[in-house]
Amino acid sequence: MSTSVKQDLATEIIENQPAFEVAHDSRTLALEQFKKLGLPSAKHEEYRFTPITRHLEKNFSWTNNNSESTLSSISEFLIPQLDANVVVLVNGRFNALHSKIVSLESEVTITTLSEAFRKEHPAVKEYFNKNLQTETDAFAALNSAGWQEGIFIHVQENTTVSKPIFIIQINDGSQSPVITQTRILGVLEKGSSISIIEKSDTVGDQVAFHNFAEEWIIKEDAHLEYCKIQNDAGKVCQVSNSVILQSSNSKLNTFTLTLDGQLIRNNLHILIDGENCESHFYGLYLLTGSTHADNHTVVDHRKPNSFSNEMYKGIMDGNSKGVFNGKIYVRPHAQKTNAFQSNRNIIVSDTATVNTKPQLEIWADDVKCSHGCTSGQLDEEALFYLRSRGISETNAKAMLLYAFAAEVLEPIQNETLKAYLDNLIAERLHKNF
Amino acid sequence: MSKSNQVLEEITSKEYEHGWTVNLETDEAPKGLNEEIVRFISAKKNEPEWLLEWRLKAFRQWQKMVEPKWPNVTYPAINYQDIIYYSAPKQKVKPNSLDEVDPELIKTFEKLGISLTEQKRLTGIAVDAVIDSVSVATTFKEKLSELGIIFCSFSEAVKEHPELVKKYLGSVVPMNDNYFAALNSAVFSDGSFCYIPKGVRCPMELSTYFRINAANTGQFERTLIVADEGSYVSYLEGCTAPMRDENQLHAAVVELYTMQGAEIKYSTVQNWYPGDKHGKGGIYNFVTKRGFCAGDHSKISWTQVETGSAITWKYPSCVLKGDYSVGEFYSVAVTNNYQQADTGTKMIHIGKNTRSRIVSKGISAGKSQNSYRGQVHIMKRAANARNHSQCDSLLMGDQCGAHTFPYIDVENNSARIEHEATTSKIGEDQIFYCLQRGIDEESAVALIVNGYAKEVLNQLPMEFAVEAQKLLALTLEGSVG
Repeated sequence: MSTSVKQDLATEIIENQPAFEVAHDSRTLALEQFKKLGLPSAKHEEYRFTPITRHLEKNFSWTNNNSESTLSSISEFLIPQLDANVVVLVNGRFNALHSKIVSLESEVTITTLSEAFRKEHPAVKEYFNKNLQTETDAFAALNSAGWQEGIFIHVQENTTVSKPIFIIQINDGSQSPVITQTRILGVLEKGSSISIIEKSDTVGDQVAFHNFAEEWIIKEDAHLEYCKIQNDAGKVCQVSNSVILQSSNSKLNTFTLTLDGQLIRNNLHILIDGENCESHFYGLYLLTGSTHADNHTVVDHRKPNSFSNEMYKGIMDGNSKGVFNGKIYVRPHAQKTNAFQSNRNIIVSDTATVNTKPQLEIWADDVKCSHGCTSGQLDEEALFYLRSRGISETNAKAMLLYAFAAEVLEPIQNETLKAYLDNLIAERLHKNF
Repeated sequence: MSKSNQVLEEITSKEYEHGWTVNLETDEAPKGLNEEIVRFISAKKNEPEWLLEWRLKAFRQWQKMVEPKWPNVTYPAINYQDIIYYSAPKQKVKPNSLDEVDPELIKTFEKLGISLTEQKRLTGIAVDAVIDSVSVATTFKEKLSELGIIFCSFSEAVKEHPELVKKYLGSVVPMNDNYFAALNSAVFSDGSFCYIPKGVRCPMELSTYFRINAANTGQFERTLIVADEGSYVSYLEGCTAPMRDENQLHAAVVELYTMQGAEIKYSTVQNWYPGDKHGKGGIYNFVTKRGFCAGDHSKISWTQVETGSAITWKYPSCVLKGDYSVGEFYSVAVTNNYQQADTGTKMIHIGKNTRSRIVSKGISAGKSQNSYRGQVHIMKRAANARNHSQCDSLLMGDQCGAHTFPYIDVENNSARIEHEATTSKIGEDQIFYCLQRGIDEESAVALIVNGYAKEVLNQLPMEFAVEAQKLLALTLEGSVG
């Protein structure tokens, strides 16, 4: 019963309440919201194809988790040769030992969220929990009520942070099942620019549930590059709620790569609250085994003259299941909006499935909006072309799949990161040419 | 562009041309809905016991159901006890020929431009006319029966072909399929029944004309078309209603059933009263339409031009069970003033090598909301299924909305699905191009809108295409800013 899980979760949060030193008010409010919402049932329109609640009921008892991690090295989770600030969270706690901040405080502030709260940083007060959809999404509310630790990033005005920030979240399920709730608050002041890489990994063979939420504020003329890499072990269930608010003339590039995990749900919500914004979001899900990946994206055009472009691609193999839902809202006064969206899927095996729902909701007339989505197999003619030139069937297929997937990597600026991602994709698609 | 606004103003203030009423003496059931009313309707129609049982079963299931809230429309709650569920033009005895039909009735249909009399035989359309709740006249019956085609009112079919009705009634849309289908199953009053025997190609278009005349009534008709192996029929449906302040409910069910190699082409020009320009009155059009391609190589094609109704809520669908079966859906939905439309289709691919095509064109103007909602579902064994969907929306004016909700569910890896949708207004460059060539703005807009909808209008049979084009022109010509 979903009620019992809801009750268990709520009780656990209340019991842990004294341990949470900061953000009492927002936690109390979010807890009420969570109690009202409950975990989404199978009939919930937004969670129709993604039975997270059933998964949680089946696999978790809500006691005795979050054991201390015994992890001694994190080198295997790093991106080779990447020159970056490294921030490490293990089982929902900040790990100072493995973290490494190299950028100057005059450029960017990188601290734990609880410390930012203790220091009463004005940006935290102004922006924390302001845009997250806690009233409608149960997992966002749950995170707001019970987040254990978070990262706070504040980029100074007119500053270009040269080194990216690499945030690694590790769920260590080697001792016992683990439940972690973490979050990020990032504020980019006017004219600033930064690149973020967020990566999650799971170790151990116990089940893990990672409920993550993040809020980003991009002020006027600022620029955010954001890359999310989900390459968890096969037993993790991850829900990720991301809200990004864009002000006038700002620019956003996001890229989401989903490779592994048992059940992954990403809610990416982009609020375009200024004119002349540019927003690109790309996604790629390469699924095998019984992985279930669900990408829900919303781009909400509230002001005129902005541009958004979305492209998500997926390749489903094994018993995997890919779900995509992309919403484009154009509010009544957001004239001259150009919004484009495309979702393309290839199903490789007989047992994989895909459910996709591109959605346009337009209330303004002077707009250009379109969406396209496809599902199919590899083009037989292309395959034949390669075979007729002496390339084996396996190689020809790998080549075509790789070409299909690699397109979404194009916009990534950081060459080291691009090479790393390219390598991950090639490895997954057994490219050996 | 102020001229366009002016034209829009003019057009929107244009009155609904079918808004008159006729004083027909009617035979009505008391207001409200309960088992007694269901029994009353059944008794009125001298129905056999099994049909009454079927109705009662549907009624009991309906009582347990709740009204769906998911469509993207808003309207005040409907009081189902405040509706008259049965209203029939009074006739002393069933007429044997058209000469005996109430002359007032014949005048009604002449006013609608549908002649039930001899002269129209030249046009070669067989018409079944349904006014309020009952079928009043069916033309060309004898000629059709020579070929073995059965085309009659539903109540007649129940009496004369009970074995067919019993076999196919509810086989495509089960009585408990949804809230409004269940309501219809309980209280349906009449409708058309059509059976095309094996290998027969119906020589003429069959047509039903619906009209709501009496006040406070709801109309609940049922259409059932069965096409036996290798047969073909093209079917037209039209509808109008008088202007009234209150909203009237129309909850119909249409079932199509095609066997091996059969084809049904079903066209609708829906022009129920849409309410006045302040959104007062109008018909709630909550309709369940579904076709079942039971046999291999069968085909069902839906074409609809939706211009009327205060609220439209309808999804003509195809269940493609037979291998190599084909489903098509062509739609133009126009909303103006405060109209709301939530319409689209469902293509359920079950058989191998099944194909479907969806072309939906939405046009919204005024303060209206127009939604396309569709599903393409490829089941596990539907190998090599193919679907192409195209849904475009055209916005006219800055206070209307266009929405698209397509669901695409694929469980088979050999399926090829393509879906594309666009939303825009009429391009200034397109208008400029026309102006440059000496075409004035108003004609340019008409030209562009007609071109936009052409793909769908081309699917309509000749007789209907003319009416549809006229309707489109009436509601939209020159209304772009």
